[in-house]
Amino acid sequence: MRETDIAIIGGGPAGLSAAIYAASLGAKITLIDDGLELGGQLIKQTHKFFGSEAQFAGIRGIEIAKKLIQEIERCKNIELITNATVTGYYEDEVITIIQGADGNIMKKLKAQRIIVATGASENMLPFINNDLPGVYGAGAVQTLMNLYGVVPGNNVLMVGAGNIGLIVSYQLLQAGIKVEAIVEALPKIGGYLVHASKIRRLGVPIYTSHSLKEVYGTDWVEKAVISKVNKNFEFIPETEKELEVDTICLAVGLSPLSDLLWQAGCQMKYIVELGGYVALRDDHMKSSLDNIYIAGDVAGIEEASSAMLEGKIAGLNAAVSLGYRVDNFLELNINLRKELKELRANPLSEKVKIGLEKALIKREVD
Amino acid sequence: MKDETIICRCEDVTWGEIRQALEKGYTTLNEIKRITRAGMGRCQGKTCQSILLREIAKYCNKKIEEVDVTTFRPPTKPVKLGTLAGDNDD
Repeated sequence: MRETDIAIIGGGPAGLSAAIYAASLGAKITLIDDGLELGGQLIKQTHKFFGSEAQFAGIRGIEIAKKLIQEIERCKNIELITNATVTGYYEDEVITIIQGADGNIMKKLKAQRIIVATGASENMLPFINNDLPGVYGAGAVQTLMNLYGVVPGNNVLMVGAGNIGLIVSYQLLQAGIKVEAIVEALPKIGGYLVHASKIRRLGVPIYTSHSLKEVYGTDWVEKAVISKVNKNFEFIPETEKELEVDTICLAVGLSPLSDLLWQAGCQMKYIVELGGYVALRDDHMKSSLDNIYIAGDVAGIEEASSAMLEGKIAGLNAAVSLGYRVDNFLELNINLRKELKELRANPLSEKVKIGLEKALIKREVD
Repeated sequence: MKDETIICRCEDVTWGEIRQALEKGYTTLNEIKRITRAGMGRCQGKTCQSILLREIAKYCNKKIEEVDVTTFRPPTKPVKLGTLAGDNDD
């Protein structure tokens, strides 16, 4: 059986950062990712990042992925297993990996530490005809458009005015596709106003306290019915509006992909502010189990910038817990946590901070 | 929600089927899964589980965290028996 010091599951911003950091301390890393190429969601993000210089502000997601992947390729102690899914966690810290387009190869790996950076899955909405062709998640729209250069449709209704809904709407407009409207069930726009203003200036209406009720069409989406909702998100009768669209793009939030953490027996908690069930963790990103660390969206839905910092913290601490040394360990930890705190010092992170407080295992001071 | 709304798109389970199960007294995620097959398809509940938790909670007048989740077991996605039996471990 293969053996490694640290298995990192997921090659998105969190997993890549964790791998680079842990490898720099000398640990033997095995990085497993289900994509054909590394980078996770970064490789479809054509927009520039906010934040400070340390978090690649002003650089497009796709360029950040390239930088991280170049660093990974320079590290001789990182083994890559791509196009592969970790399907199970078993006793004695063994994980099973299923690899290849046909899923014909199985590998077993024993790792002393595991960093779970599996990210999140997109939420679905229950509405009539939600199985018609033309109903997409925002992630799929980004993959089609930004990765493969394929337009998803001609007239789009965007559901959700969080940052993903706003950014993907703008990308659709840039690709020359008509965005009929954006609906948002909450009474106000969830994403950054700078994104919302850009879209409004281009003539796209954003309907708050509205949601998608039904979709109609014979072979594909031809029409959407939206309606006003009350504060319990129930449709208000006789407020329906019909829109002629051929594409529905759902950007209604993400849920942490925590299956492996459940399997491993980590202490889990439903924390609505973090997007669903997450593993409890200490400020080293260590779960309730000594050999399992978490980072990125699986630890709570946030952004790539915070995922990268959590990845660094998890990578650093997992490597140090195995006896790898770095001179200024305490200082590094303090600085990374400080960077995270600064990143979250904005009004949109208020909710996340409440959630993180609920998920924190207080560590005894050593 | 209208009965014909698809809740589990892997197994084509509608809200009508879920509602009937709830009305018969199957009010845990495990029971609903076993009776209707919701969550037993290709994505293993990654799409429908959060909708089901929310609807069960609403039906039973509970908080979402008070609804029991199902047991997570390997594998997280369908794996061919041949792959498991072959053990191409290198």
